[in-house]
Amino acid sequence: MYAQLVKSDAADDSPEARAFQARIDRGEKIEPKDWMPDGYRKTLIRQIGQHAHSEIVGQLPEGNWITRAPTLERKAILLAKVQDEAGHGLYLYCAAETLGVSRDELTEMLLDGRMKYSSIFNYPTLTWADMGAVGWLVDGAAIMNQVPLQRTSYGPYARAMVRICKEESFHQRQGFDIMMKMANGTEAQRRMAQNALDRFWYPSLMMFGPSDKDSVHSAQSMAWKIKMNTNDELRQKFVDQTVPQAEYLGLTVPDPDLRWHDETGHYEFTQPDWSEFMDVLRGNGPCNADRLAARNKAWDDGAWVREGLMAHADKKRAAKVAAE
Amino acid sequence: MSDLFTFLTRMGDNTLVLGHRLSEWCGHAPVLEEDIALANTALDLIGQTQMWLGLAAQVEGAGRSADDLAMLRDAWDFRNLLLVERPNGDFGATIMRQCLFDRFHLLLLDALTHSTDTRIAAIAAKAVKEVRYHADRSAELVIGLGDGTAESHTRMQTALDALWPYVGEMFTDDATDTAMAAAGIAPLPSTLRAAWDTQMTDILTQATLTRPDGDFAHQGGKNGAQHSEHLGHMLSQMQWLQRAYPGATW
Ligand SMILES: [Fe+2]
Ligand SMILES: [Fe+2]
Ligand SMILES: [Fe+2]
Repeated sequence: MYAQLVKSDAADDSPEARAFQARIDRGEKIEPKDWMPDGYRKTLIRQIGQHAHSEIVGQLPEGNWITRAPTLERKAILLAKVQDEAGHGLYLYCAAETLGVSRDELTEMLLDGRMKYSSIFNYPTLTWADMGAVGWLVDGAAIMNQVPLQRTSYGPYARAMVRICKEESFHQRQGFDIMMKMANGTEAQRRMAQNALDRFWYPSLMMFGPSDKDSVHSAQSMAWKIKMNTNDELRQKFVDQTVPQAEYLGLTVPDPDLRWHDETGHYEFTQPDWSEFMDVLRGNGPCNADRLAARNKAWDDGAWVREGLMAHADKKRAAKVAAE
Repeated sequence: MSDLFTFLTRMGDNTLVLGHRLSEWCGHAPVLEEDIALANTALDLIGQTQMWLGLAAQVEGAGRSADDLAMLRDAWDFRNLLLVERPNGDFGATIMRQCLFDRFHLLLLDALTHSTDTRIAAIAAKAVKEVRYHADRSAELVIGLGDGTAESHTRMQTALDALWPYVGEMFTDDATDTAMAAAGIAPLPSTLRAAWDTQMTDILTQATLTRPDGDFAHQGGKNGAQHSEHLGHMLSQMQWLQRAYPGATW
């Protein structure tokens, strides 16, 4: 999802760890001041951090079209959406900070490549229909994962998810609305819509990560309730929900082997190219270099601003102390 | 073209062009809070554009919409101030431009809440609340960065010096302004200058910045006589889809 292939640290077998697991099994929420195993803390930092980074980098592919939005209303809706995503990043960094890592530390790890963000944001947005496809498919896939995370065991993370999910479903409806306009529009608009689906379908399926049936990491994360479903479950749910929507739009899902099965009540579908996914994760997606360069430039160019505002705040504090 | 229509396009083009400039920052701001705040300000300004240009289109009565005015006029029909079409530059230049304009915008909107045209008064009443917040924020940033480090101070002074020649146009009166003032629709821009000077002096003093000497003022934006080269490039992006696919609904 927004957090893909998050490595989970193993649990230890101390009495505290067993009592901790019992709390989780009873459905209790873990709060920042509670005792928690080191592995739980580290895994959560990786997962929440990766999710936060995804929201931040995710501003770029959509920001790419804000200055070219076709109407004032579309421009306003897109601006509001991208602003929401930055807000999601902020809530998530705050949730991560309760685990003892600062936003600046996390940011440094994003910028030097030690931490990842979702593979999906390494694909380009090439036409206005991509603003529809991103809302419909990408926010749609994000919701699949984030709705169950509202019940995750870590309190601050669960609460951040509640706020975020409301906005994400709004984004998805707005994306679908753009797709409707395009799919029912002129020949050129229909072509853009189909082209957007063609390019975003498999990368959207990749968002859930490779099959994790046999993954030890994933079993531990599920026991800790920081992962609520397997990647395959969520991917299936996404396909089952999305294919009828594509049909409603009159668009063709780019999968010749897509079949509905009455017996299972599910679609059978072609897996994305997992070697492409691994390439993207290794930094070789179409936009990895551009995305990281843009974030690094923003951070470096902004250093004097952050330093200036900090220096001013220090002067004000000193003046206040002197006056007392 | 009626004076009222011209006046309304001046209002709407200022907010459109500045809102567009701010939206160029999206995802590239120095801190996350600034990304959010810049997007929020841009969003307010685009919302105000819909109201001003919507009313302009209605007043014109030629069957054009706010979107038609935004997306299908060429640069010479734009009536925004030269100040707001200045390129973003560094964050300091963006914030200085914002502060210089916000103070003017706030004074203007405040006066417009008493307009004899109730449609204008209603739009101003809504916009003034948003702009009061913009003005507080940009002033706070100018002060913080002016009185920050040596580098941030130098950058803010450089921005102020570079933008100063674009201040005067905000307060220039022309025949349209005189007609609006005579009808009680809008204040004469020149009457806002004294209050702006007082407020700006206070902000610049706190920011430890030096108000530039000289009052040379570039003209040509609000009357459309001579925009800068930058506006055409902005429009080539902003209007591209509407121009490339005429007649499509988005
Ligand atoms: Fe989000
Ligand atoms: Fe998102
Ligand atoms: Fe979203």
